[in-house]
Amino acid sequence: MKILVCISKTPDTTSKISFKENNTKFEESGVQWIINPYDEWYALVRAIELKEKDASIQLHLISVGGADYDPVIRKALALGGDEAIRINATNNDSYFIAVQIAEVAKQGGYDLILTGKETIDYNSSSVGGMLAELLDVPYISLATKVEVNNSAATVNREIEGGEETDEVSLPVVISCQKGVAEQRIPNMRGIMAARTKPLKVIEPAAVEALTNVVSYELPAPKAGVKLVAADNVQELVRLLHEEAKVI
Amino acid sequence: MVLIFVDHSDSEIKKSSYEVLSYGAALAEKLGTSAEALLLGAVKDDLATLGNYGVSKVHQVSNDALNNLDAQVYARAVADAVTSLNADVIVFSHNQTGKAVAPRVAARLKAGLVAGAVALPDTSNGFVVKKNVFSGKAFANVNITSAIKIISLNPNSFQVKQTGGTASVEQLNITVSEPKVKVTSVNKVKGEVPLTEAEIVVSGGRGLKGPENWKMVEDLAHELHAATACSRPVADAGWRPHHEHVGQTGIQIAPNLYIAIGISGAIQHLAGVNRSKTIVVINKDPEAPFFKAADYGIVGDAFEVVPKLTDEIKKLKG
Ligand SMILES: Cc1cc2nc3c(=O)[nH]c(=O)nc-3n(C[C@H](O)[C@H](O)[C@H](O)COP(=O)(O)OP(=O)(O)OC[C@H]3O[C@@H](n4cnc5c(N)ncnc54)[C@H](O)[C@@H]3O)c2cc1C
Ligand SMILES: Nc1ncnc2c1ncn2[C@@H]1O[C@H](COP(=O)(O)O)[C@@H](O)[C@H]1O
Repeated sequence: MKILVCISKTPDTTSKISFKENNTKFEESGVQWIINPYDEWYALVRAIELKEKDASIQLHLISVGGADYDPVIRKALALGGDEAIRINATNNDSYFIAVQIAEVAKQGGYDLILTGKETIDYNSSSVGGMLAELLDVPYISLATKVEVNNSAATVNREIEGGEETDEVSLPVVISCQKGVAEQRIPNMRGIMAARTKPLKVIEPAAVEALTNVVSYELPAPKAGVKLVAADNVQELVRLLHEEAKVI
Repeated sequence: MVLIFVDHSDSEIKKSSYEVLSYGAALAEKLGTSAEALLLGAVKDDLATLGNYGVSKVHQVSNDALNNLDAQVYARAVADAVTSLNADVIVFSHNQTGKAVAPRVAARLKAGLVAGAVALPDTSNGFVVKKNVFSGKAFANVNITSAIKIISLNPNSFQVKQTGGTASVEQLNITVSEPKVKVTSVNKVKGEVPLTEAEIVVSGGRGLKGPENWKMVEDLAHELHAATACSRPVADAGWRPHHEHVGQTGIQIAPNLYIAIGISGAIQHLAGVNRSKTIVVINKDPEAPFFKAADYGIVGDAFEVVPKLTDEIKKLKG
């Protein structure tokens, strides 16, 4: 069996978000980059768990990004996986990214493709679904549990107000979130091994993006908190009812 | 034409669908075109009443294969409907169904998608849609350059508007493919308000000390007809179910009112809730960072404040 995990790079969750060049570019100075948490903690760790149970599984990682992605890819390889592929292109249009991954996936004959639920910077939750469509395979989104047996997967996925259990035959694309696996910390052996694992860099396929970011904005700052004394809860209720009009 | 995807579950139209209908109708008006709705499957509701939200027609594809969501089957049906009806813009809710289906439709039609939109597009120079990025810490204005355009709207970001019309309902004849995903069980938490649809959310953190103390949170939520949520350590410790965990790595919500009890307000928690319209913080530590992101706050012991709050709300409602 072959598994492909889609790895994206995002600013650390505590990063201060600001923009430059007339609000057209993200200010990257001082930002720490991490593997997108959904890709790392859930998609990648689950794939590693599956490989630990079945050593014959080939596990590949894939990223669409520039050379600045390499440290993050090495970090992912330190957790596990046999090799990584980086498609050398920078673009945040989900369609562009999905087409690049699809080109590689079509050649690779993967049985299981895992993505994160969403990137925590672009928040689109789109690449996985697009990829599945381009490959013409089923897509299970927002998975909270992924089991694989031979040629089929049993997946729990989030629905409104609960979960459902789905059965689907492979190949399939699944987007992963909390529940699928537990966060792991890479060990020294993994870090050493990652240095010599293959990281193939390939050039992107020619494809036009369908969207582009024109500018960014920050939300208007809050006016400041109105404090109510702990023995005057009635006043809070009045404010919520009469001023904020939310109850 | 603007085509609006109407989502439903348990034979009922979802609340978020009324929001996207209103959004789609407003968009059609802006573009000087018509707004029409698309419903896959069947519901109890009388579809003509969707006219009350600004659409002139409702196209229905009735087929048993559409009773469960298989994104592949749904996407094919939506794309075929778009082609046969000649729609230019498709609107989804950015809810569980929208997240599964909209990207597939986009790839199938080679249509640009803005996922998680928070406002109507600006059409003065292109087709620029404002969307949530950096987990609620910023917005991006994204231009869609393809001929067909797809928007999925973040829940709770557009005002529902009733216009008082009726729509004509038409059966749409398109071939529906065989589902490949088999749903073997559905596990819904009965009687609870779904977190992503809730207008009011009451949330608890580690300050509540243990799962046995959640009764007062639930009582308050019950009184407000609210959903319950929690911080990540609370879900990690198993005090509350995983699906209640909000934040950067949990669910992102944007209710009208978010009440945070015994939660410190770490940046990763705020990333999931900072789009809430009004935030109330109850924390015994006046230095808790959450107060900086709050609209109203009480510095006090949750075990004293929360039951009082529940009582006061009872009084207000009674
Ligand atoms: C990569 C990453 C992702 C993360 N993602 C998330 C996420 O998605 N969601 C999330 O929530 N966290 C997330 N976290 C964790 C986050 O950093 C915080 O650790 C977490 O939010 C703290 O939870 P808490 O506020 O419940 O607990 P604490 O920080 O321990 O705060 C408890 C609060 O309760 C108050 N308190 C105590 N007793 C009382 C009382 N009797 N009455 C009133 N107040 C009281 C205290 O003053 C304190 O402010 C993430 C962390 C990382 C590193
Ligand atoms: N540049 C990228 N390279 C590889 N995978 C990506 C990239 N961007 C997004 N993905 C994958 O697609 C998922 C959803 O991303 P998004 O649609 O941007 O929210 C992520 O969690 C990743 O698994």
